[in-house]
Amino acid sequence: MGLENAIFDSLPDVVTVKLDAVVNWARKSSLWPATFGLACCAIEMMNSVSARNDLSRFGAETFRASPRQADVMIVSGRVSRKMAPVLRRIYDQMPEPKWVISMGACATSGGVFDNYAIVQGVDKIVPVDVYIPGCPPRPEMLIHAIMMLQEKVMNESVKDRLDTFEAESRQSFVPGTLPVTEGTALERETEIEVADRQTSRPYTVPSRHEKRRSS
Amino acid sequence: MAESTILLEYVEKLKAENAGWITDFKDARGEVTITVPRQAIVDVCWVLKTKYDFNMLADLCGADKGPEDDPRFEVNYHLFSTKHYNRLRLKVLLSEDEPNVLSVVSVWKTANWHERETYDLFGIIFDNHPDLRRILLPSDFDGHALRKDYPLRGYEPYSLS
Repeated sequence: MGLENAIFDSLPDVVTVKLDAVVNWARKSSLWPATFGLACCAIEMMNSVSARNDLSRFGAETFRASPRQADVMIVSGRVSRKMAPVLRRIYDQMPEPKWVISMGACATSGGVFDNYAIVQGVDKIVPVDVYIPGCPPRPEMLIHAIMMLQEKVMNESVKDRLDTFEAESRQSFVPGTLPVTEGTALERETEIEVADRQTSRPYTVPSRHEKRRSS
Repeated sequence: MAESTILLEYVEKLKAENAGWITDFKDARGEVTITVPRQAIVDVCWVLKTKYDFNMLADLCGADKGPEDDPRFEVNYHLFSTKHYNRLRLKVLLSEDEPNVLSVVSVWKTANWHERETYDLFGIIFDNHPDLRRILLPSDFDGHALRKDYPLRGYEPYSLS
């Protein structure tokens, strides 16, 4: 047709590159976000995929309703304590590679909601890759964050992003029976683990990715 | 100033039904608030609904006047009639030691979730409620968040801050 022909005419049949470079290039060019609109930041998130801002220029316009099909979770808005276990479960349901963008002041630090109902920063529940300040951030800032994440993806290794262990993967639940507070066996194990490590993260199940980061 | 003579008629009618049902009433800015003893609340609501056509419970909420006050809590019932368009407010005063009041779910079904919310945030216990659980806060939550003596950031270790 056009560009492809020109490229393939000028290239040899075999090209040798680093595997990381190819895989990361593919990953960064198709970051599919999981829809996680929690508050007013979600309006700006929706706006960023609209015609004016057009996030699809950076390959990240395909918002997926299912965590199984998503690569990056954009936590846009305040996370209430009741939502925290649900958010963690959705994060755990995303297959590797996965990244998290904390969008706005509330998701990053609780914002003005310094009270009993709001989690003071989503990084207490899931590992965050990019933080966006602002209340709410403009769509340009979200696009900038996606571009920063793309830079980060390019510097990763494929080996870092293997899928999680069998023991870490989640059981499936019948819809409507999600135990928000009763807890699964895995969460109870995690509570013990959390108690051993003396951290204040009641909902955290550290993923392999997170364990690697903290060590 | 709105007209409250029609509403005051309901006070008289209730007094005629049973003099013990009304401990106090207040007429302010066209709104009438009747203070009812807590044992009588279901009977008063039942009579107001069946006899005087207050067929809608517009709101049911709690209030905390602070740990120094006695009675500390009040439960407010905002009644509305879709037949004659009048509004009436009932009030029950409760002490801190015994914050129990009878449930009005048997009168208006909508009271179910309102009473759960009042229980959740104020710790007011509605006797004979079919399903008195927390509705807004997580079920492992410690304390009742809208009480005046509840710390803003919650109790440790629940608070993550």
